[in-house]
Order: sequence, then structure tokens, then C-alpha cells
Amino acid sequence: MVVIEAKAWRFGDNVDTDQIIPAERLLSTNLTHLNDFIFEKVRPDFADLIADGDMILADRNFGCGSSREHAPLSLIQAGVSCIIAESFARIFYRNSMNIGLLLIECKVEAEEGDTLSVDTDAGIVRNLTSGREFVFDKHPEFIGRLVESGGLVNMIKEGRF
Amino acid sequence: MGKTIAEKILSDKSGTDAKAGRIVVANIDYVMVNDVTGPIAFREYGKLGTAEMHKDRMVLIPDHYVPNKDIASAEQAKEMRDFAKKHGIENYYEVGKGGVCHQVMVEEGFAAPGRLIVGADSHTCTYGGINAFSTGIGSTEAAAAFATGKLWFKVPETIKVELTGSFGKDVGGKDLIIRIITDIGVDGANYKAFEFHGPGIANISVSDRLAVSNMAIEAGGKAGIFPFDDLTREYIKDTVRGAYTPVSADADAEYCRVLRYDLSEIESMVAFPHLPSNGRAVKDADVRIDQAYLGSCTNGRIEDMRIAAAIVKGRHVDPDVRFLVVPASQKVYRQMLDEGLMQIFLDAGAFISGPTCGACLGGYMGILAAGEKAVSSTNRNFIGRMGDKASEVYLAGPQVVAASAIAGRIVTPDLLEGC
Repeated sequence: MVVIEAKAWRFGDNVDTDQIIPAERLLSTNLTHLNDFIFEKVRPDFADLIADGDMILADRNFGCGSSREHAPLSLIQAGVSCIIAESFARIFYRNSMNIGLLLIECKVEAEEGDTLSVDTDAGIVRNLTSGREFVFDKHPEFIGRLVESGGLVNMIKEGRF
Repeated sequence: MGKTIAEKILSDKSGTDAKAGRIVVANIDYVMVNDVTGPIAFREYGKLGTAEMHKDRMVLIPDHYVPNKDIASAEQAKEMRDFAKKHGIENYYEVGKGGVCHQVMVEEGFAAPGRLIVGADSHTCTYGGINAFSTGIGSTEAAAAFATGKLWFKVPETIKVELTGSFGKDVGGKDLIIRIITDIGVDGANYKAFEFHGPGIANISVSDRLAVSNMAIEAGGKAGIFPFDDLTREYIKDTVRGAYTPVSADADAEYCRVLRYDLSEIESMVAFPHLPSNGRAVKDADVRIDQAYLGSCTNGRIEDMRIAAAIVKGRHVDPDVRFLVVPASQKVYRQMLDEGLMQIFLDAGAFISGPTCGACLGGYMGILAAGEKAVSSTNRNFIGRMGDKASEVYLAGPQVVAASAIAGRIVTPDLLEGC
């Protein structure tokens, strides 16, 4: 059972991958520290503010735009434990699942700074600040195995692909 | 119940009964990476610890930051070159031989009807314009495809787009797709495919179909697939590699939504900042511009260059505007030379570069300063997409980009009388 409890950073609709990490940072020399640049054009202080284990809470279509895997990678490097959004853009969803960033598709009412708890087995997000609960559908079986393996590379190495 | 084109291609490639909603593992025909997404894929491939590699299905095309814009991008491009050499990958397109990846994939005949193609670039959906199922993926899964020749897919539901009529003067595929995205929103097709139908298709050039399919992703779409017809056959006949099998939908295929457009009613469109869904009729726009950009995988083909050249011929670019013309490939560049289009753009006062993704994604060669505005034939107008976070990108087709370069503001070509 996975239960994550952390502070939430609030974002809105259509957070695109250019916002998460701008194209000019997509260089091999930056691959070990992409987190230095996250949201630099839209929330320039974010890279300094986010703490290890924090969550991101967004509305619709999080991660739309470019297929750059640098986007979920930069969020993993920043210590993001989980992203909860009403919906995710398709390629961002695949990339995150393939490299082991936990995404939860769920409409959650919360303010920035609220503490949320995610129980992946029960399929429940709890807003510990407001006391409210939100239910989400668990991943399909194939995606569940992908998450269990910790990503696609491991899944292939384990012979489960 | 019958099948959509997406269901048929994924059934064929997975050897299963692929119906919308199911997850299948399917054999891919080609996997493409570029100089930005390739290096991560090469690292992940290394982690797999396998010697297996489907070299003949791999295509490596540097285009985002080449010719190298600085030392870091030079190192990155070298990584791809070294990987291609080390593994003996033949389908590597060096600077001077290729161009923008999606244009090269079509020109070099990798993209073809009925094929399943994945690419670590979101605009891989372009090849739906010639009846392929093609879609954007990430780098790690590109590495998986290098090693296994297959990938997992959630079979998408399909939105049917019924087209009738034909475009009016100076209106084309870009205007249609901006109209569609504006109508359904930037997530209106998330996890879904578009399939185009109807008698209007015969009136849309293959170049315009590629522009439409290219921007399926801007509505979140997984693919945007046109049927195969005589225009498709003619367009690919000299370049396609190997045999191909066109795919059409069953008459009783199931669609999640139906959209209908009469092409004659589509107006010249421009998508205002900062989303491709902020489309408005150009006639309602009143925007001074600093730059006009003609190029990219959306509208950098020879047909786009011909359209724009016909509009700027004998005219001069507004003194306050930089007009950048970026052919999408070496082939397009050569055709422009052969057809005398270079002369027309140079005489008008345009800057012409070799093929590159360049400024489309804010890479280089045409970056915008704070407060500057560009009209662009590219596909995204997100915050800071072409430069400073306080710059603005307005998306339009080649007709409007060319006319705007002359007028200094966003206009349709018919307003150029006397310019």
C-alpha cells in the first residue's frame, strides 16, 4: 500500500511542458539538474520553494504540448512525489508512467499549501486541511504493472513487457 | 461492430482485436528521435542492458538545435552522431541532408499509409495526413522500441470529422485545424484520434492534410488520420519505401463524437496567445507585428512556400518587420531555388535560412524580445514559446503570415491591394 502525505502546490488548467521546462534548457548538459529550471518563466521562485516530497495539484490537461521527457524528469528531480490533476495530456501521462512519476487522475478541491494524503490502494485523496475526501479510479491492470515495476525500463528487464 | 482506422491499424500491428479503451502491445514500423529527445533515449537504451536493436526501424534526425547553436547543443548533436556511428544506424540524417524531422519522415518515405509509426516528438501525428497511424511518444519508450520493436498503446476512441465543400480563396488546412481546436479546446481530443471523412477531403491538398494532422496534438489528439485517395498515392509515389497497405474505416465503425465542417465557410484564422484554441477570424484581429515566421513541420513545405511567394511577389516586407523564411528540409530548399522562390523572398526583403526547428520552439535564429509579437506558421503559442515570457506568438497559415509580413500587422492577403 502506498500512502503519500505532503503539501500541495496549486496549478490551473493546461499547464504545458514549455512552462514546466522551457525548450532552451533541453540540453544533455542539463540532464542531471533539470529541476533548477522548473516553471522558471511562469513561477520563477518555484525551484527554490518546492521541498522534497511535495505534491502538485492541477486542474485539466496537465502536461500538454511537447513530448519532452525532460518535463516529468525535472519534476522527479525536484522531489515531486505525486501529481494530482483532473486530467493529464496523453504523452505526459505516458512519459510519467514510463519513468516512475506517480500521477493521480482526480478532481480535488484544495488550496495551495493544504496537506493532502494519497492512498493508491484505496483510491482516495484526502485533504487533511479541509477534511474532505475525493475518490479516484485505480489504474488499469497494465498500467498498474508498469507502476509496480517502477517504469518501462524495469518492466522490460523483468521480462514483463 | 466495425472498426475505425486507428482500431484497424492497431489490430493489425498487435495481432489482437484492438477496440477503443483496450491496451495493446503492437509492433511498430518505425521509431524516430531527434537531437533533443534522442540523448535521453540513448541513455535509457543503455540501461536496458541488451544487445538487441531494431536498427532498420530506427530513424535519427537532428533538427531542433542544428546547425549547432552553441557548445552545449554541439555536444548533444554529437551524441546522436556518435550513437548512429557506434551502432551502424543507416537512417541518420546529417545537417545538409535532412531537415525538420517530420518533413524528412514523409519525404524519405518512412511514413506511409497503414503504418504504425512512433516518434519522440509530439508532432509525429503529422503522418496521419497520408493515412498512417503515427503518434508522439517519450524518450524512454523510444528506447524500448529500439530494443523490442514494439510499444504499448491504449486504443483511442475516435472523433469523426465530416468535411464538405472546398476552401475559399487564401484559406487552407491551417485555418481548418485552428477552427477545430478553437471549437473543441486544447484537450478536446485528449486520448482520442481524429478521423477525417466526407467529400471535402478530395478538395484538400496532401500538404494541407499534413498541416491538419500535425496539429491534432494541439487538441490533445493521439492521431489525426485522413483516408487514402488518389492525391495520397500521387504525393508519395516517388518517395515511399517498400510496400504499403492503405486502411479505411468500416461503415459501421463507432465514433465518440462527430464534427461537421463546410470548408467554404472556414475563414482565415489566427490563434491568439497563449493557446492554439484562442482562434479568431483574421478580419477581427488588429495586431501590429515585429516578426513573421514561415516554416516548421506544420507549414514549411514547398506548397506553403509557393503560396507565400505568390503573395509577396513584387512587394516589400514592412520596414518594422523581420520576415523569416525557413524551408522544412534540404529538398524544399532546393525546390525553392529551382522554382525561383528564393529570388522572390530575397527581393521582398525576407531572411531565408536552411532547414531547422529553430525559433519555432524558442531554440534560436528568431527569438523574440519582451513585448515583441510574431505571426507564425508554426503550431504552438504557449507563454515564452518563441522567446521571452512577455513575447507573443500568433498562429496562422502561410497566406496570412506572408500578407502580414508585407502589411506589418495581421491581415489576409486581400487587404494588400496597393501595398
